[in-house]
Amino acid sequence: MTFAKLAGRRLALALPGLVGVVVVTFLLNRALPGDPAAFFAGPAATPQAIAEIRIKLGLDRSLPQQFILYVRDLARGDLGKSLTTGQSVRADLLARLPASLELTLCSLALALAVALPLGILAATRPGSWVDHAARVVTTAGVSLPIFFTGLLLVYVFYYLLGWAPAPLGRLDAFTSPPPPVIGFYLVDSALAGDGVAFRASLHQLVLPAVTLGLFAMAPIARMTRAAMLGVLASDFVRTARAAGLAPRTVLFTYALRNALLPVVTLLGMVFSFLLGANVLVEKVFAWPGVGSYALEALIASDYAPVQGFVLTMASLYVLLNLAIDILYGLIDARVRIEG
Amino acid sequence: MSRRLRQVRYVVGENPVTLAAFSLFLAIVVLALAGPWIAPFDPLLSDTSRALQPPSRRHWFGTDQIGRDVLSRILVATRLDLAIALSAVAISFGLGSLAGACAGFFGGWTDRIVTRVTDTIMAFPLFVLAMAIVAALGNTLANIVIATAIINLPFYARMARAEANVRREMGFVEAARLAGNGQVGVLARHVFPNCLPPMMVQASLNLGWAILNAASLSFIGLGVRPPTPEWGIMVADGAAFIVSGEWWIALFPGLALMLAVFCFNLLGDGLRDLIDPRRRT
Repeated sequence: MTFAKLAGRRLALALPGLVGVVVVTFLLNRALPGDPAAFFAGPAATPQAIAEIRIKLGLDRSLPQQFILYVRDLARGDLGKSLTTGQSVRADLLARLPASLELTLCSLALALAVALPLGILAATRPGSWVDHAARVVTTAGVSLPIFFTGLLLVYVFYYLLGWAPAPLGRLDAFTSPPPPVIGFYLVDSALAGDGVAFRASLHQLVLPAVTLGLFAMAPIARMTRAAMLGVLASDFVRTARAAGLAPRTVLFTYALRNALLPVVTLLGMVFSFLLGANVLVEKVFAWPGVGSYALEALIASDYAPVQGFVLTMASLYVLLNLAIDILYGLIDARVRIEG
Repeated sequence: MSRRLRQVRYVVGENPVTLAAFSLFLAIVVLALAGPWIAPFDPLLSDTSRALQPPSRRHWFGTDQIGRDVLSRILVATRLDLAIALSAVAISFGLGSLAGACAGFFGGWTDRIVTRVTDTIMAFPLFVLAMAIVAALGNTLANIVIATAIINLPFYARMARAEANVRREMGFVEAARLAGNGQVGVLARHVFPNCLPPMMVQASLNLGWAILNAASLSFIGLGVRPPTPEWGIMVADGAAFIVSGEWWIALFPGLALMLAVFCFNLLGDGLRDLIDPRRRT
């Protein structure tokens, strides 16, 4: 099966998930407490004005009709308007999404960079200090409340040691943001050749990325270790060793490639946690991403942004799972052949 | 019975960590029950002349921004945190195992509907879904429990479905059928009880996650309202003072939360050793 065919097939499998997400967000929206029309009209509105708004919002129609209207708006990219910022939700989300993505991707890269070697080392040297370190990291990682880890890091590295900047967003007050290209400050400032902004944004990014990364590290290290242990004990590894292949070749070319499969599968779950934990980390570090945007809206009972946020995160998650599926196909030749 | 006891003693003796976790669990339960009586101060009583005091002999864990005793608030909060987690896990355990067992046993339409619902829930990042549910149903404590229960549901449903599916064609189930039991009777009396042990392990591991989840929701200002003492909201209160060095307001409730989660995770591992010797680590 060709790669394009595989990707197309996975896409078709991802569609029911997307449909489910749209239906659930619609139902959650309609289950809102109170009358949305009265809410949008404000406290001083006359009954007539409320009725007009109800017609304008399509709330006078039947539920299936409302659903069709809802899907039509979504297809046009219309997520409604935020009452707190006065902007369209889509514009707000697009402006803030890069901040969240930059944070999430950096923390994931960090988690992978630490957890994979840790898991491999722990599996090749069971009972050694690396193995124990891996166990401590994995147990602590699943037990530590992420907002608590963040606060601890702030206390130690900002208040006590003074190494980290104040946890107040993506840049300190004295640095101007780089000209936007893709919205990631690190990439944008590097492209603009702005060393000051690059260093400043890196400084701000380190603590939140480490907080999120610690959280993602635990399941990855745990799974890498377990999968590696299983693979290293299998017959084909024994055969490869007996055939006289270099230990390095056996470990990386044969064992690791097979051990990575369950790890890649696990990445889907890790993303689910990361996208949720993002909200908490953004609150702790006053990070101006979509999570803190949704929180501000939630506290102000401004529902359109919350809904837009949920829809964005869920679609992102479905797409990430799709990417993981395709990646899986790339690593595991059997999936491609069997289809 | 004595054989059972000996097995418990063997597993616990083998793994002192499980024993420690079990003692910790008992301590948490005692605190949850007796918290309000052993708390040295009224958890809601504020005294602005004693605000922001670091830990001392009078206030072991210090005082918060309006002079409430942090230790007392942590002790009293134990019951609420445990109650939220327990009820959420109970709901998802009950509904999830029932739906999953029916899906695995009957197959067909039941299976398709249950699988579709669980897949839809899993299509969301779970914490984001919990936020959305609380936002839609209203910002109350009961809805925190419901949201936590819903996002845990798929794990139980999937597990029960797999367990029931495996047992559907087993010899003892066939025998029960031949003995004249109806489909529902076979499911309720023979298949379902046999699915429970592995699910108990899941429940114990889940309890830690449920506490974490509920505390995270209240950390971002959902569910529990101040001044109610709750670990997540107390950490949120203390968060503003971390940057000025008043660490004790956030640290102690955070540690309490961490200990509770840690305890349930270890307990789950221990329980798994006890119930399923094959997966002993």
